[in-house]
Amino acid sequence: MTTAQRAITAMVEQIDGPVASYFSSCVHCGMCADACLFYTETQDPRFTPIYKLLPMRKVWQQEFTFWGRLMKSIGLAKSVTDEEMAEWEELVYDTCTLCGKCSLACPVGNDITYMIRKFREAMVASGHAPQGLKEAMKRAIEIGSPMGITLTTLQAQIKHAEEELGYKVPIDEEGAEYMMVLSSAEIAQFQEIIPAVARIFKAANVSWTLCSTAFEGTNTGIQIGSSDLAAELIERIVAGAEQLKVKTVISPECGHAYIALRWEGPNLIGRPYKFKVQHILEILEELRKQGKLKTKGKDETRLTYHDPCQIARRGGIVEQPRNLINQFAANFVEMKEHGEYNWCCGGGGGVAANERAEERRLDVFSKKKQQLDEIKVERIVTACSNCRNMLEDGLDHYNMSDIEVVGLTETLVQFLDDTNQAND
Amino acid sequence: MPRDEYLTDILRRQGISRRGFLKFCSAMASLMALPPGMAPAIADALSKARRPSVIWLSFQECTGCTESLTRSHNPTVESLILDAISLDYHHTLQAASGTAAEEAREHAMKEFFGKYLLIVDGSIPIKDGGVYSTIAGMTNLQMLEDAIEGAAAIVAVGTCAAFGGLPHANPNPTGAVSVLDIVKDRKPVINVPGCPPIPVVITGVLAHYLTFGTVPDLDHHHRPLSFFGDSIHDRCYRRPFYDKGLFAKTFDDEGARNGWCLYELGCKGPTTYNACATSKWNNGTSFPIQSGHPCLGCSEPDFWDAGSFYSPLSTPSLGVSKVAATAVAAGAITGVAFGLYDQRKRKKARQQHKKVSVEDLGETS
Amino acid sequence: MNETELLTWLRGPGLLIAITIFVLGVVFRVIQNLAIGMPENLAEPKGSTFGPGVATVFRRFKFHRHSTNRGYFTLIAGYTFHIGLLLTLLFLDQHILLFKSILGFGWPALPTVLITFSALISIGALFAVLVYRVMDPVRRKLSVYQDYLVWVLTIGPLITGYLTMHPIGLSYTLLLSLHIISAEILLIAIPFTSLSHMASLFVSRWYNGAIAGYKGVKS
Repeated sequence: MTTAQRAITAMVEQIDGPVASYFSSCVHCGMCADACLFYTETQDPRFTPIYKLLPMRKVWQQEFTFWGRLMKSIGLAKSVTDEEMAEWEELVYDTCTLCGKCSLACPVGNDITYMIRKFREAMVASGHAPQGLKEAMKRAIEIGSPMGITLTTLQAQIKHAEEELGYKVPIDEEGAEYMMVLSSAEIAQFQEIIPAVARIFKAANVSWTLCSTAFEGTNTGIQIGSSDLAAELIERIVAGAEQLKVKTVISPECGHAYIALRWEGPNLIGRPYKFKVQHILEILEELRKQGKLKTKGKDETRLTYHDPCQIARRGGIVEQPRNLINQFAANFVEMKEHGEYNWCCGGGGGVAANERAEERRLDVFSKKKQQLDEIKVERIVTACSNCRNMLEDGLDHYNMSDIEVVGLTETLVQFLDDTNQAND
Repeated sequence: MPRDEYLTDILRRQGISRRGFLKFCSAMASLMALPPGMAPAIADALSKARRPSVIWLSFQECTGCTESLTRSHNPTVESLILDAISLDYHHTLQAASGTAAEEAREHAMKEFFGKYLLIVDGSIPIKDGGVYSTIAGMTNLQMLEDAIEGAAAIVAVGTCAAFGGLPHANPNPTGAVSVLDIVKDRKPVINVPGCPPIPVVITGVLAHYLTFGTVPDLDHHHRPLSFFGDSIHDRCYRRPFYDKGLFAKTFDDEGARNGWCLYELGCKGPTTYNACATSKWNNGTSFPIQSGHPCLGCSEPDFWDAGSFYSPLSTPSLGVSKVAATAVAAGAITGVAFGLYDQRKRKKARQQHKKVSVEDLGETS
Repeated sequence: MNETELLTWLRGPGLLIAITIFVLGVVFRVIQNLAIGMPENLAEPKGSTFGPGVATVFRRFKFHRHSTNRGYFTLIAGYTFHIGLLLTLLFLDQHILLFKSILGFGWPALPTVLITFSALISIGALFAVLVYRVMDPVRRKLSVYQDYLVWVLTIGPLITGYLTMHPIGLSYTLLLSLHIISAEILLIAIPFTSLSHMASLFVSRWYNGAIAGYKGVKS
């Protein structure tokens, strides 16, 4: 099979009922462009979301429609070429973070993000993907983390945390109720998450554990668009969870990890889980509602919450972080478009791992800058380490570094009232 | 009647004063949409008109046209003109019959060769050699062919002669055709359709011919524009109700009683060209719409095959519901069939799926 | 073929052909899109699919338009055209008679003068939409010949319909024939072009909402 044929076969595999109905309904109105920060900040019409799917539309037409099939059978159809796939690689990987705002804006209800995710499968099948992302993928498979973080690094961070806490951080404890998965960026940069989670669970009297063979939740396979590679990563977490016989696996403060683990996971591996999956924010909110998450004191800093796209708009976790923030924040202001209408930070979907796209993602951060300029905050709280990095990079690029970027859990724990807890 | 009498002599003998005659000529002028100043010209021409020879051939017809023409409760000038022209051959009206009648026809055709006016009513069957309508053993087709060459002009009276009419309707078993189909462009043909035509329209055409010696201005169907230039719809007194959207929905509902538009009851007024809405019938008494019945479109070609008289112009002329329902079912079945076929297509593509491994990502630094 | 025969054919076999292709084609597309389907979702659901799908069908009528010129324009011109077209198509007495003969039931009509108004407004909106499609860089980039073709096919019945009610130049019979043939061509083109969105958008919106609803997301 030629590379073009591999691409086409992959697309045929991917075009399901929803995709067919989306292409049937698109009337080229261009409303999706206004929802894509890569278009709004550059005004380049090639970055119109549905335009990024042109080769896939061609395949739909030629393989699934009456007229297309007819034209193909009499040799009048021009099939997708390898050159087209190469040309579209930049559009699909550099100018799309899978943020999903276009899917929300389409008047005929097209889930364009869903289709981009599927189109990337064809890109990978025909060998087209950004170099940086390929390398991250390789590291994820071979080393266990796209950033190259190993168990050794984790163990070092655990030791650090234990020194701070004064008690042990559970790892590989069979029969715990929760197994916490982390993200590479947390282990490498935002390691405060480990003692934060330990304290909260101790105060709430919840049994939990880390897993030495399944501590990485980031799923580069989803970002590069390869179900096979994504499944391989999921299998590691599933194996760890089954081995430790936990009831629930906790997805960390990472956007794509939640989508990968909670929603795509069972379908990638072809079987339902024997355990539940919940996002850390969902767990914290549950604990808060049960009265097991007591806080004291309030923060007067003027702050806002940046909804990570995969958690809010694509994941449905919108109220929980707000309830949690309101526990400790006295001056919480929302950006004008927030919740499921929030604008993407520009770093998701594999864009941050793609060096070729660095200039562009910093450029289009002007949208987020515009949002922040309107409300003039001192601090941004978020629940995704990738967003955290992107926000910091972007603020730096636009000389707005006086705005602090923090994670939700690590901030919440600063107000945790666990003084009545007996120490181990 | 003596052949060299003038028309006006005849009329005077019948008691029509010069004044009455001039009134008729004015009426004719206005009917033909000619300027009032033409009335004297008409009078002049008609006075000088020698009794032109007229041969009236009746073919596959119901005699309704003749009936319409000759029906008069009191003698009218129209019927007198008809009496006055030398109607040398007319089945219904002539006294002679049999070979004597045919001889009269042949004689007139020879004597006035090139000058007689040929009037035809009824369609001409041509299937199977034209045997479906014969007179004295001669087919209508043959009789018409014989008469064409010596005619100065030909007037096709009634929708049957003009367009084939009822015999021409589906399935047309006799192969009925119109006069124009036979004559083509050999002689000028004036179509005066209607089922039947309005009497004054016929005499108006004759009066024009007698006055000017020419064929009046015709439309693309060879109908005189002065009588067939406007549609019923454009001259209908109920038109304001059409424009407003007020329609009678049944023959005796409030709309019908209020004299609203009859479009919903199948009126073909918009697509029909005739003088019914202006000249009306029975000396201007009424016309179908005024009586509450939708126009049938009887002066148009193929009006018998144009769907039901009672189905409105915007509705299908054939039953659609069953076809539409079948199409829904067919669409659903083929949709499911292709959906399953496409699922199999995707499955085959899945089978060709080469599992992606890290090596496939190529050389990395 | 004379005018009457043409009109009768268009009201007869012509209409049957057009309606068959239209109904079969549209039903086919909708059912096919549903029949290709999705594999069973093995993840634990957070919500249902059917209800959220239906909710999205209705919610997208108020689509999330950003405060851009394109957004305002699409909202105003788009709805003006669609509402004008639907009013003209569904509430002119002559059209209702057609629907009644096919469906078996009708409904009250609006005064003809209002329909004239809605048809003209619809035509105006269509021209505005065409101009914008050519001038806006995004739409120009996205547009293919088919987008312009369907514009012509859509405005055909509107203009010829208006002319039938207010004849210019040609006879009512010919204008009515033109109107009917333009409508029939439009009907035949619908299943094969983006015009099928009139039916498929219910499926696409439903899928969008259903997939999101499974995740407990409002879409």
